[in-house]
Amino acid sequence: MGAFDEMGPMAADVREAYAGLKRWLEATPRDVFDTRRSQAELFFRRIGITFAVYGDNEAAERLIPFDIIPRVLTKPEWSIVERGLTQRVQALNMFLADIYSGQECIKAGVIPADLVYRNPHYRLEMVDVAVPHGVYCHIAGIDIVRVDESTFYVLEDNARTPSGVSYMLENREVMMRLFPELFAEHRVAPIENYADSLLSSLRSVAPASASRDPVVALLTPGQFNSAYYEHSFLADKLGVELVESSDLIVRDDVVYMRTTEGPKRVDVLYRRIDDEYLDPLVFRPDSVLGVPGLMSAYQAGNITLANAVGTGISDDKAVYTYMPEIIRFFTGEEPILSNVPTWRCRERDALGHVLDNLHELVVKEVNGSGGYGMLVGPHATRAEIEEFRRKLKRDPDGFIAQPTLALSTCPTFVASGVAPRHVDLRPFVLTGADGVHIVPGGLTRVALKEGSLVVNSSQGGGTKDTWILDG
Amino acid sequence: MLSRTADNLFWLARYTERADFVARILDAAMRLASLPSSYSGERNEWESALASAGSMETFQGLYSATNEDTVRDFLAFSPANPSSIRNCLELARTNARAVRTALTTEMWEGINGAWLEFKRFDGRSMSREEFARFLEWVKSLSLMFEGSAHRTMLRNDAYWFTRLGLAMERADNTARIIDVKYHVLLPENERVGGSLDYFQWTTILREVSALTAYHWVYRDRIRPMRVADLLILNRQMPRSLASCYEVMVRHLDLTADAYGRRGPSQRLASATLGRLNDLAIEEIFAQGLHEFIEAFILDNNQLGTAVAEQYLT
Repeated sequence: MGAFDEMGPMAADVREAYAGLKRWLEATPRDVFDTRRSQAELFFRRIGITFAVYGDNEAAERLIPFDIIPRVLTKPEWSIVERGLTQRVQALNMFLADIYSGQECIKAGVIPADLVYRNPHYRLEMVDVAVPHGVYCHIAGIDIVRVDESTFYVLEDNARTPSGVSYMLENREVMMRLFPELFAEHRVAPIENYADSLLSSLRSVAPASASRDPVVALLTPGQFNSAYYEHSFLADKLGVELVESSDLIVRDDVVYMRTTEGPKRVDVLYRRIDDEYLDPLVFRPDSVLGVPGLMSAYQAGNITLANAVGTGISDDKAVYTYMPEIIRFFTGEEPILSNVPTWRCRERDALGHVLDNLHELVVKEVNGSGGYGMLVGPHATRAEIEEFRRKLKRDPDGFIAQPTLALSTCPTFVASGVAPRHVDLRPFVLTGADGVHIVPGGLTRVALKEGSLVVNSSQGGGTKDTWILDG
Repeated sequence: MLSRTADNLFWLARYTERADFVARILDAAMRLASLPSSYSGERNEWESALASAGSMETFQGLYSATNEDTVRDFLAFSPANPSSIRNCLELARTNARAVRTALTTEMWEGINGAWLEFKRFDGRSMSREEFARFLEWVKSLSLMFEGSAHRTMLRNDAYWFTRLGLAMERADNTARIIDVKYHVLLPENERVGGSLDYFQWTTILREVSALTAYHWVYRDRIRPMRVADLLILNRQMPRSLASCYEVMVRHLDLTADAYGRRGPSQRLASATLGRLNDLAIEEIFAQGLHEFIEAFILDNNQLGTAVAEQYLT
């Protein structure tokens, strides 16, 4: 399977965006790269960028491998992605508003009713609740893959609590420290305004009852959560308190945090806790991460939750398959970014096709994430394929299938030197009361194992700095 | 600021200070142990180190003999000793990690780096020389911590709570040493030229890094009452009880001014400082050094409870 290499064949023609990098790779002695790579690792360890892998006690804190060769996109390439993301997230927000109030898209037959109403992420608690400024998904992480010179596909919409933006920011920081001369030679679009952009988006959606200077806080499950580093990093960059559930109290439907000066009102909560754990009075009663009474304060319109409760439905991979129709219905435009062609196993014909071709398809659970619960046909053993066959027959509604895409590759440092490895891209899309904001770039994840298509950090993926060349 | 954040900062400072204190106790014991026994006396300096660290009971539950190896292991490396250097560094790091946002990068990198580096030391295989270097390293951490706090933190409540934690821990440590060793400071034990006690006194001074300071302050040979004066009342000496309370009162007052409200912590701290200011060392000896110190430790703990209730919960 010949994948599209974003630099171009190493020996021959190099794509223009990578010309500078190629010269740099050729001219720089190997030992300089080795030194820089260990400096990068030391830097990440010292600042404490680690992530926890669930069920892995030995390496409770591990570093995500960082590759020092940046991934480069040109301005025209990025413009397409940017416009496509803006359109998609706008449609996503309209879709969410609609399914919780009005349900026009269901009435119009854009999406089957049962996919919405029977979806585990559809929150009845949110029906006819007016969320401040009508924004549901304030922070979206849209996973994008590239298959050739001009084709970008959306692989997944992460509309709950997408993570990874701290890596995007720190990767750039490290690259600028290690290779200032590279930045002097390339006009790389800056991303450091992400935090400002996020803060103004969050403040713009404060509830009507908030003061003119709304208080934002970031709610984390705590320091044992795998993304805790990111939570504290973001709170720091935003200049807002990083709160745990025990720091919050709800009185008369107003949320306060406990401070050294007594209770202080919170207006906007950037929550990095899943819906199920938010409020033990409404959702899982055994949740110790949540805040009793939070939902009732939310329903009373005294606090903005970002993202809103109930956005998980648009993470759903079955709902994903309807995104092109959803975009057309709500924006009246053709989708700028396509979905990966997808078989809905809930449909009889599609299921038949999928069962006949398991060895060459990627099968995903509609509710899975993080690369878990997934079959990559060409790389699977016969036993794994048979196991998925049984699962599919038992619960066809629970799965979708996609062709095994030849994800584009980028030059990457590996044990044997520099070699092409498959990458994806997760740009972060912010939506405030004043519209959509995207910093140029995103998090590039790279599958470090040769031939591997799984880029998730929990499955041995690494990251790269992502450059959008500004002209 | 969040109460939990204030609590983490307060304890972060306490654990860093405690690691330093334990390192100094071990350093002093090593020095005493390297003297011929006719100078250091019959008493086991390793038992005395345990007593100063206030962890005799935990120790006895874990080891059968009290000697250099077991005490070194227990005070420096044991995960089973809540106040071992190891646990202090780990707890400092855990507290720091919980309040990353309230720390400057310099402080976080220092604390995180210390914990990562600690894991490289293997206590069992250390020679005396290597162990001495290890202790130097631990002491340098508290300098780094205090220095980076001083140089990089905003002067706001976050800083004040670290200063408060540090001073409260110091006061507790100094008081604890006096409590364990008060008998060698009592005047009836003073025998001019008695080399045995001389080394006990200098050990006390070393435990609080005050041997050189003593000579500068008093320009006199080492006398137990002056050792007590230096440790309890002397305001020039940063580890004296009076100095520690000066620091606590100042930072509690700054907090109260910023928040516009005074409370039990401010009242208790000023009352203790007032008592220390009004006393002369002769009066303390007349009242009974031991009784004085026991009362002080109780007051200090009570202040800790008041601070927790007023700010940290």
